Amino acid sequence: MQEAQSALQASYLHHQGRYKGLLGWIFSTDHKRIGLLYLYSITTMFVVGLLLGLAMKFELLAPGKTIMEARDYNATFTVHGVIMIFMIVIPGLPAVFGNFLLPLMIGAPDVAFPKINLLSWWFYVAGVFLVLAALLFGSGTPDTGWTFYAPYSFKTGTNMLPAIFGAFVLGFSSILTGLNFIVTIHRMRAPGMKWMKMPMFAWTLYGTAWIQLLATPVVGITLVLVALERIFGIGVFDPALGGDPILYQHLFWIYSHPAVYIMILPAMGAVSEVIPTFSQKHIFGYKALIISTMAIAFVGYLVWGHHMFTAGMSGTAQYAFSLLTFLVAIPSAIKVFNWISTMYKGSINLKTPFYWASSFIFIFMIGGFTGLVLGSLATNVHLHDTAFVVAHFHYIVFGGVSFSFFAAIHYWFPKIYGRMYDEHWAKVGWIMFFIGFVSLYTPMFYLGMKGMPRRYYDYLPEYHGANILSTFGSWILAMGFLVIVVNLVRSARKGEIAVANPWKGKTLEWTVPSPPPFENFKEIPVVGEKDGPYNYE
Amino acid sequence: MSNEKHHIVPYHVYVVILGALLILTFASIGITSIELGSLTVAAALFFAVIKTYLVLIYFMHLKYDKPYIGIMVGAVFLLFIVVIIITFLDYLYR
Repeated sequence: MQEAQSALQASYLHHQGRYKGLLGWIFSTDHKRIGLLYLYSITTMFVVGLLLGLAMKFELLAPGKTIMEARDYNATFTVHGVIMIFMIVIPGLPAVFGNFLLPLMIGAPDVAFPKINLLSWWFYVAGVFLVLAALLFGSGTPDTGWTFYAPYSFKTGTNMLPAIFGAFVLGFSSILTGLNFIVTIHRMRAPGMKWMKMPMFAWTLYGTAWIQLLATPVVGITLVLVALERIFGIGVFDPALGGDPILYQHLFWIYSHPAVYIMILPAMGAVSEVIPTFSQKHIFGYKALIISTMAIAFVGYLVWGHHMFTAGMSGTAQYAFSLLTFLVAIPSAIKVFNWISTMYKGSINLKTPFYWASSFIFIFMIGGFTGLVLGSLATNVHLHDTAFVVAHFHYIVFGGVSFSFFAAIHYWFPKIYGRMYDEHWAKVGWIMFFIGFVSLYTPMFYLGMKGMPRRYYDYLPEYHGANILSTFGSWILAMGFLVIVVNLVRSARKGEIAVANPWKGKTLEWTVPSPPPFENFKEIPVVGEKDGPYNYE
Repeated sequence: MSNEKHHIVPYHVYVVILGALLILTFASIGITSIELGSLTVAAALFFAVIKTYLVLIYFMHLKYDKPYIGIMVGAVFLLFIVVIIITFLDYLYR
């Protein structure tokens, strides 16, 4: 315990660099501090996005106007979407846990470009302020939805340019993080850490980084074209000038569908770390998991058109996109089978991270299966733009990211803060969040199948019951989130001191003290022939 | 990383490539004065591809790097081509 106490004092949390206090954090190039900067920024923005989401669900508690007008509802779902997608789920796991853990997991002292890493956080902050400026100043809050669809995005009189520019700047943050991770993984792995000895989380960060690098510029250019269309009327997307609004949808989804994999791949990586540790068993099908990761990253790049089945695309393209969409299910299913097989005959330790990881699989499967319903052309025509779609993507995007994020934060909490969280309250938070989540989104599948359209602030009386259940679910979820945050904040300050490896994990981050020292490793570790990230034999 | 050898490209190679890029730029402008009909875009892309190739090979040192870097760059272009082909499954059959 004495040793753990001294590790806390010698850690990156207390390291004295060039600056003191807050400046010592916001100008730090230490990957661990940058990871935490992202954690605090993302959590702050999540609270804003959550409050907007709660306001929307409150509006839908009863038919007709409840608390806001239709125009306010349009603005609310737009800002909710922009915040949740561009500021939370896309940077989420890679920026927080990728930054904190990647160098530790591969035995490196830092990422390849520490200053660029800090710059990426500053870009993130700049992007956040630009989007908030669109919300608070100018000629009205944007009301296009987070997708900024043309032609409305260049016709609407609301304050679009700061929002578009904000998303553009946030894209730079994402690109720089991706670039940093690719170079770090290629050039800074510890001696002996061959590709096939890398932890799964590092592998998923690698796949994600490639998507960040290759897909983000497409949306950046597309948003610039929308801005030029608004300012100069260049006619790329404007049908009145010979442009094609469906081209906007192609370009937007060429980025924004792979963006789903930017969110979900690291989520899968985190779950792939938690399950073997809490099963005390070698991960099942390590190579299959790696291949499926890279297959999802590649095939996921080619399925964007399934967002556009009813937009007026050619039949040939619809068939191709439907087929490709079904193909993505194969590597995703391989992962699920491998996680379950890892648990089989394992020595399972029922701690909070394991609950989150297991419920991630449950939530992800519902999200995945309903995705197949939407990927099928015939059913898509019926369900397109209904509450069913909203339920599906919240199961995948919000469920996928939040359940894995909370699995990760509880799993690595002792490593990050050098203290243990309160197990009882962590489980209370998990069950509340889980019940809230399922109650919030499952009724929306039903509502969508019955024909309730998305993005409407009003509805017919027959949709009332399911909407009440959904709104109640949002309150339970919010209370669960509050319990989780209060428990973690309190534990970070007053929790029991953690040892270096409380979960008996086998990846390299568990070989250094908790919290890690500023320089990570006293000496760069050497990975032996028989060592491996999941060697529990 | 510091133990690796870096290939030093002689200045005259850079000057030759710069000259080639300038000539190709003027050629890509000059060709617009010829009425090529549906091949106008193809002609512009032809010159752009050669210029990109020269920049990648010489200015970005692909010629002197390990082969896997070239393979990775090639894979990116392959992905780009696949994306274009899929997009045109819409435009050509609409």
